[in-house]
Amino acid sequence: MKAPRRKFLALSAALTASCKKAEVPSESGAHMRPYGERAPQEQSVRIIRELTKSPGTGSSRTPLHEIYGIITPSALHFERHHAGVPAIDPATHRLLIHGLVDRPLSFSLADLKSFPSLSRICFLECGGNSVGDYSGNHQPTVQGSHGLLSCSEWTGVKLSRVLAEVGVQPDAQWMIAEGADASMMTRSIPMEKVLHDAMLVYGQNGEALRPEQGYPLRLILPGWEGNTNVKWLRRLEFTREPAQSAKETANYTELLPNGQARQFSFVMDARSVITSPSGGMKLSRKGFHEITGFAWTGHGKIARVEVSVDNGQTWALAELQEPVLSLALVRFRFPWRWDGAETRIMSRCTDETGYVQPTHDELLSVYGPNAGYHYHAIRPWRVLPSGEVVSHV
Amino acid sequence: MSKAALLLLLVLAVRAQDKPLGLGRPATAAEIAEAAITAFPDGRGLPPGSGTAARGRAVYQAQCASCHNDNGEGRDAQYPALKGGIGSLATRSPRKTVGSYWPYATTVFDYIRRSMPFDHPRSLTADEVYSVTAFVLFLNGIVAETAEMNAKTLPAVKMPNRNGFIRHDESPVSRARRGTK
Repeated sequence: MKAPRRKFLALSAALTASCKKAEVPSESGAHMRPYGERAPQEQSVRIIRELTKSPGTGSSRTPLHEIYGIITPSALHFERHHAGVPAIDPATHRLLIHGLVDRPLSFSLADLKSFPSLSRICFLECGGNSVGDYSGNHQPTVQGSHGLLSCSEWTGVKLSRVLAEVGVQPDAQWMIAEGADASMMTRSIPMEKVLHDAMLVYGQNGEALRPEQGYPLRLILPGWEGNTNVKWLRRLEFTREPAQSAKETANYTELLPNGQARQFSFVMDARSVITSPSGGMKLSRKGFHEITGFAWTGHGKIARVEVSVDNGQTWALAELQEPVLSLALVRFRFPWRWDGAETRIMSRCTDETGYVQPTHDELLSVYGPNAGYHYHAIRPWRVLPSGEVVSHV
Repeated sequence: MSKAALLLLLVLAVRAQDKPLGLGRPATAAEIAEAAITAFPDGRGLPPGSGTAARGRAVYQAQCASCHNDNGEGRDAQYPALKGGIGSLATRSPRKTVGSYWPYATTVFDYIRRSMPFDHPRSLTADEVYSVTAFVLFLNGIVAETAEMNAKTLPAVKMPNRNGFIRHDESPVSRARRGTK
């Protein structure tokens, strides 16, 4: 609950300041900086949750309620590390590609940057985002509940272009991607995705990848579960069968009520959430408030977002901010006049395949309470007569 | 056309469309052998060596017990239990452990070899990894204490939840809406 408290303090400071006259300085300003910093008044930060005795293992969550537009600043991109953030020297780092290929090759970063490059804006969402909601443990803020979600412009090379160098053999069915973190995290990726739109990425939002996002090289699989987008990428092995690694069996599988578990459930289904007003905020007055938030789907484009301000009884179309990009976050907006009465507000999206974001009850009826991953239900926020916005429904 | 045939066409199309640029250098057999540590379900990638649960007990106590507890009971969610829960997956309180949930014994070896012990991974010898793997399987009643685990016997171990996983590309919600289980 730090962020809303800070917001309140900032608001108080602003009110005090508004009584003073803003002065235009008569002297020249500060020196320039070779690498910029945000204004000192801007304090938006990730929420960090470390999970083990060893440092750097766990997650940090993006302050979605404080983001403008669709791009997540790299410094606020969510993190999920399984053995901390490795310090990798880009001058010596290499990518080995082997297995069912004609010519096993080793690539330096310079080699990979020599290929024709490609940039693409896409979202990245952890498969475990909002896991607490399955068991009714609703986090109080949108950062806590949905913050394992970010969106960047990624730059690199189309993986299929690199594979022309090694000559992948026709009987390759899977690609095993391995990271250079201490746990050498490994996932198996079907060839269809590898050849369709997978990217080897070295750039994020106009500069090199941040260490936390896989510096100097990561895999990006647009629209797929975050964990498959292997960071600190060191090795790709082409095989006939998946590795059945721990992270694709013990974890990142959804245990269903009948005792069976869904495996290789890669695609992130259509989802939306209102980020403002959202849990932990307070409406200061009746009258106009812009409702805004994000919608996204791993199945292509968002077709529409609807908003309800009357507890789900009626729904109206929200405006989608251009550009509406395939496999990227979409910003939606909805004008609202709050009459001061208690209500619940929520958003519901539909993607280009016609998939409609489910309610919590519908999702639970299929996945049960122990699925652990791929939670994507509608999230209502309760607005109290005091103007406070809370997550408990 | 079958999915396999479509994939073959896709692979051939990719092979045909981009001419190699001559980037990268040939990988040597030695560097591939050193890097290729994945242990596959059919046993490919398992190294020479062997171990038993009897020998693994001491390795476990020295290397694993500080997090996973004396006999694999675990210590809270981040140091998960390694044993128990067999038969619990379809109940209201499922317990997912190596014994109850993991479908392949080779995954246990692979994960210990690449990622464990958590704070100094890849410090165990192949014999130690086989032995700790055997010990964790023994804790679950899956292998005998004296059963030797090696590149031949480990892939033949049948895990209780071997057939517990399904793969559908379509979302379970969409399947339910169509009335498909």
